[in-house]
Amino acid sequence: MGKALTVFEKIWNKHVVKEEEGKPALLYIDQHLVHEVTSPQAFEGLRLNGRKVRRPDLTFATMDHNVPTINRENIKDEISKKQMEALKKNCADFGIKLADMYHPDQGIVHVIGPQLGLTQPGKTIVCGDSHTSTHGAFGAFAFGIGTSEVEHVLATQTIWQDKPKTLNVKVIGDLGTGVTAKDLILAIIAKFGVRFGTGYVMEYTGDAIRKLTMEERMTICNMSIEAGARAGLISPDETTVEFLRGREMVPEGDAFDALAEEWLALATDEGAEYDHTVTIHADEIEPQVTWGTNPGMGAPVNAATPTIKDADNPEEIERALKYMDLKENQPITSIEIDHVFIGSCTNSRLSDLKKASKIVEGKKVKEGIKAIVVPGSFLVKQEAEEIGLDKIFIDAGFEWRNSGCSMCLGMNDDIVPAGGRCASTSNRNFEGRQGNGARTHLVSPEMAAAAAIEGHFVDVRKYVGVPS
Amino acid sequence: MMEAFKEHKGIAAPLNRSNVDTDQIIPKQFLKRIERTGFGEFVFFHWRFDDDGNLREDFVLNQLKYENATVLLAGDNFGCGSSREHAPWALEDYGFKVIIAPDFADIFYNNSLKNGILVIKMNEEQVQQWMKKADQGLTLDINLEKQEITDADGTVVSFDIPAYHKEKLLNGWDDIALTLLEEDAIQAFEEKRA
Repeated sequence: MGKALTVFEKIWNKHVVKEEEGKPALLYIDQHLVHEVTSPQAFEGLRLNGRKVRRPDLTFATMDHNVPTINRENIKDEISKKQMEALKKNCADFGIKLADMYHPDQGIVHVIGPQLGLTQPGKTIVCGDSHTSTHGAFGAFAFGIGTSEVEHVLATQTIWQDKPKTLNVKVIGDLGTGVTAKDLILAIIAKFGVRFGTGYVMEYTGDAIRKLTMEERMTICNMSIEAGARAGLISPDETTVEFLRGREMVPEGDAFDALAEEWLALATDEGAEYDHTVTIHADEIEPQVTWGTNPGMGAPVNAATPTIKDADNPEEIERALKYMDLKENQPITSIEIDHVFIGSCTNSRLSDLKKASKIVEGKKVKEGIKAIVVPGSFLVKQEAEEIGLDKIFIDAGFEWRNSGCSMCLGMNDDIVPAGGRCASTSNRNFEGRQGNGARTHLVSPEMAAAAAIEGHFVDVRKYVGVPS
Repeated sequence: MMEAFKEHKGIAAPLNRSNVDTDQIIPKQFLKRIERTGFGEFVFFHWRFDDDGNLREDFVLNQLKYENATVLLAGDNFGCGSSREHAPWALEDYGFKVIIAPDFADIFYNNSLKNGILVIKMNEEQVQQWMKKADQGLTLDINLEKQEITDADGTVVSFDIPAYHKEKLLNGWDDIALTLLEEDAIQAFEEKRA
């Protein structure tokens, strides 16, 4: 036996094309995902320099950020339209497969990668999008890059990387009933802050993580970037293998079994060392709601906003409360909302929609609230409709939309107006994120659904039979 | 080919906030363009302008004394959030050549270097000291070759930067051209794995 290694180290070692002391390593990229917003300038760069895409076969594109979720056939925003047309032309010119907005594989790039089986354990995966960390749930080293790096990967299928340090986030025990993967990751970021992962790959370990489904693991890894981490990672196991079995882009039969063996061997070895370790007790986590303007500004639903003078960073807290139009020491459950968004690469998968639908079934969205559900992909939408989720949501007063990034960042028409307040299952509560002057509270799908019914935040555990 | 960076002398402007995210640096409505240039007028858009498009008097960069600033003094974890390279494009287009902060978000740091912006990690105390001085007017002379910053009093402070990034900035090297020199290694790697 050699040295005990972490899953990250195993993947890293298999992808180094060139490494020299004191310099970043040149890493080979197995899968490049492309979308319309961060790629046009990269393709233009290739053209200006007369360069080709080195491995179009390892590149896959979709449209997600700009796409309308209603009236797709008649896009009024000419600039958005131009950006999507540019992607279509670029993919045609450079021979890249594209799931455009009418294609059955279309969806949020971080939903369709796993759905198609493009995302696999052991791969290096990049995309010009910070939430590429999502794919780490499969035991892949996946991270977001800028447009210059997109161009670099298109041209060379490699990227220069400083080797990140490893951070073990060990989660032990059981999450309580009504407490979700979203609450766990929000609680982790609230506890350790938005920069504690900077320079690290965060690997989530412990029995609580092992018990999570793949969709829950994706929610966790998705938000690793909100802690500043280069990537999030979870060692592959049988849950990972079973999720991928039968997917379009994975082999079948014996070839799959052989691949699964390789995947399982990637898991972190017993006794492997990390640069840093923190431990979280899952049973202490409560449903979370963010009250501020970064994802670390969150609290349990039964708590209150902070006291300004007691904070380490009073100016930052005061500024955030002012933007959010909240008082200090204000109970979270007293916060009334007027928008609800269930969607985004964090929480728009079938299981998310199922869980939210259970809360709203047979109930009505409180008057005056605009509530929308945006499935993560065409396929998620279709599967949800097959089991009647669309009807449950529509009957309750939600709008049922087509897939895309939508109200997570409001690049299409799905915007929260200035002064509006949204319970959102997305990942960022930055000032103006969902619309100029809009106020965002990050929550789980269940918490968003319950807030839609009651008009303010409530402890969702009362809906699932747990006394709060 | 990126412009080479050797030395820069310019007025410093303080933006004394932590965790400034790239959604603030360049809001989403400006990400729809397919060009690389012209983002400067939109930088910090909702901090610079009110809803009617008037300059907000209370925003620091709107003060006349910072009009020609080319060095940005920023708070910890500058550039966090979205990977949008439109953020450094906007800062560069607005006129910033150097950004000095206690720490930067990972992707933003890389994106800036790729666009010839010198991003310098400097201890918090020093950044705060310069922010105070900037209020009275502060010109910093940043010498990349020597890795030194000299302020108007002649005080010299040294800074760290990975040698690899330094060499690229000094020469204005294009990353892709450099990597294509490794073509044989990339091909050998692909053949080995096939």
